[in-house]
Amino acid sequence: MSTAAGAEAADMRDMFRSMYLIRRFEEKASEEYMAGRIGGFLHLAIGEEAAVVGTVSAMRADDPLTSTYREHGQALARGADPRAVMAELLGRSTGLCGGRGGSMHLMDKERSFYGGYGIVGGSVPLGLGLAYAARYRKTDQVSVTMFGDGATNQGVVAECFNMAGLWDLPVVFLILNNQYGMGTSLGHAAAEEDLYTRCNAYGIPAWKVDGMDVLAVRGAVAEATRIAREEGNPTCVELLAYRYRGHSMSDPDTVRDAEEKERWRLRDPIITFERVLLGEAVMTADDIAAMKAEVEAVVEDAAAFAESSPEVPVAELADDVYANPFNDDARGGALMP
Amino acid sequence: MSTDAAKPVAYRDALNQALREELARDPDVFLLGEDIAGFDGAFKVTRGLLAEFGPERVVDTPITEAGFTGMAIGAAMAGLRPVVEIMTVNFVILAMDQIVNNAAKIHYMFGGQASVPIVIRMPGGGGHQLSSQHSQTLDAWFAHVPGLKVVCPSTPEDAKGLLKTAIRDDDPVIFIENEGLYGKKGPVGGPDDLIPFGQAVVRRPGTHCTVIAHSRMVWVALQAAEELASQGIEVEVIDPRTFRPLDLDTLAGSVRRTGHAVIVDEGWPEYGISAGLATHLYEACFDWLDAPIGRVNCADVPMPYAKNLEQAALPQPADVVAAVLANIGRGVA
Repeated sequence: MSTAAGAEAADMRDMFRSMYLIRRFEEKASEEYMAGRIGGFLHLAIGEEAAVVGTVSAMRADDPLTSTYREHGQALARGADPRAVMAELLGRSTGLCGGRGGSMHLMDKERSFYGGYGIVGGSVPLGLGLAYAARYRKTDQVSVTMFGDGATNQGVVAECFNMAGLWDLPVVFLILNNQYGMGTSLGHAAAEEDLYTRCNAYGIPAWKVDGMDVLAVRGAVAEATRIAREEGNPTCVELLAYRYRGHSMSDPDTVRDAEEKERWRLRDPIITFERVLLGEAVMTADDIAAMKAEVEAVVEDAAAFAESSPEVPVAELADDVYANPFNDDARGGALMP
Repeated sequence: MSTDAAKPVAYRDALNQALREELARDPDVFLLGEDIAGFDGAFKVTRGLLAEFGPERVVDTPITEAGFTGMAIGAAMAGLRPVVEIMTVNFVILAMDQIVNNAAKIHYMFGGQASVPIVIRMPGGGGHQLSSQHSQTLDAWFAHVPGLKVVCPSTPEDAKGLLKTAIRDDDPVIFIENEGLYGKKGPVGGPDDLIPFGQAVVRRPGTHCTVIAHSRMVWVALQAAEELASQGIEVEVIDPRTFRPLDLDTLAGSVRRTGHAVIVDEGWPEYGISAGLATHLYEACFDWLDAPIGRVNCADVPMPYAKNLEQAALPQPADVVAAVLANIGRGVA
């Protein structure tokens, strides 16, 4: 069986599992943060699971993906080991990036997840470069670069729209519009709130879809990647979504209206999709319960693994500053006499 | 060495040779920048390369420094070896986020999963009455950042040999040329002559005082050395060539022998290259020094337009002569 969005039953089950894993993983991460085991910033994407999973499910495994600092979900959806992701959040030696990146800077290059980046808009040119490399090498990969509504006001993103349109690069600009740049609402930041229309000026086909509906997201991104792969042209997809939590764990989220938050919670992407799965008989209630239990175990195991993992040896502090290191003292950069 | 190789080559043509040879050697190498293809580059470094390698590998970009530098960093993460030309160092400021937050950090931040084998070339320096926004020396901005390699060639031979090394290196290399050197002629190496990073070179041996200078300032220092030699003072002029990595062994070895050091740097004096080198030398040579380390820098002002003011702002051979004489306690008559 397949749906209008072209998702087979098996795909739909995988998508549901991925969404539920992200939700439960992030809720667990939130507990770890509150317990003081995760430092720095922790930006949760709870509420945005459909946008993340719908996008990733429409990509080929070797299509490069870049993201913002709210990217635990992208890493997990790409198949990164939940143990390694949680260990990275805890800053342990078994972490996905050896404890160097933390929550904001996950990468799993083997799975073509080219990273989460901490500067708003700063990763978009990297995604464009991955598209450039695909065209240069005549592979048929498509680069998907995800960024938020806030990033669309950065100059470098407009520069990338221009180059992508100018050179017809196989890139999908994916705007995950959660309607707030930290605490500033879209209406306070953007002259035109239909963000995808920015691409009209560069001749890039662009459209907006419901980012709370995983099948709608998947359908839109599948069309976008098809255009990039088969026609070699850039596209832009704006996903309208909502994050349930504050900007990060340190944001008490007092700015956003309670009624607004409640309204969006009623459209919860996981609950909505669960209804679709039951309604279309893709999964039974028992199937779903069993899958949720399995995911719970994975999340608990990831946390236990991370908590029991060793710290990163301080002796490794200066490792990996360079791919071709020039001495033993990368901190000073000097050959000491 | 063949006759051809011994023929003096201009600095810009030495760079051109390096680019041509590396483009021919490795299909992953490509060039991009403003006006580098059809226009041959603002300083004609990329002359003829479009015709030879085509528009896929010699790419004219829009005037969009942050965007194309970032794009090249992304392409490098995928394993290509982009060589970016920033028309002058003044414009690289627009791309600093990409260089400092992305290129310099990607290898470390992601636990060594991805490297960024990119070269970012640009000329710096003043002396052409281009005023404040077109006459800067920002070597120190890059030398400050772990994760970057910083190269400042002073001769055609170094321009070629160091650029070839830079292109083959797996890390982001900031390659800072100098507008005043593009016409400078000298011998160059062949296709296989690479100059390793982290090896300073003695440009003129001497015993009374060590003068450390890089890029165009090497030539200013050598002129000063001639003048000093006529007064019976032999200075040792050393060119570090690269600041990350830095060959402190050679610099400190010389200073320990002469007991005196003067650093000549076209950049500003505050917290810059000369300040950083002086700190290294104080730490390494304090007990050997017979006088505080002298420094000759660009004046601590935005570069003025008026010719006489500009010349007063830039380090001149006479400034170096005076600094050396003061350092060795002979004073200026």
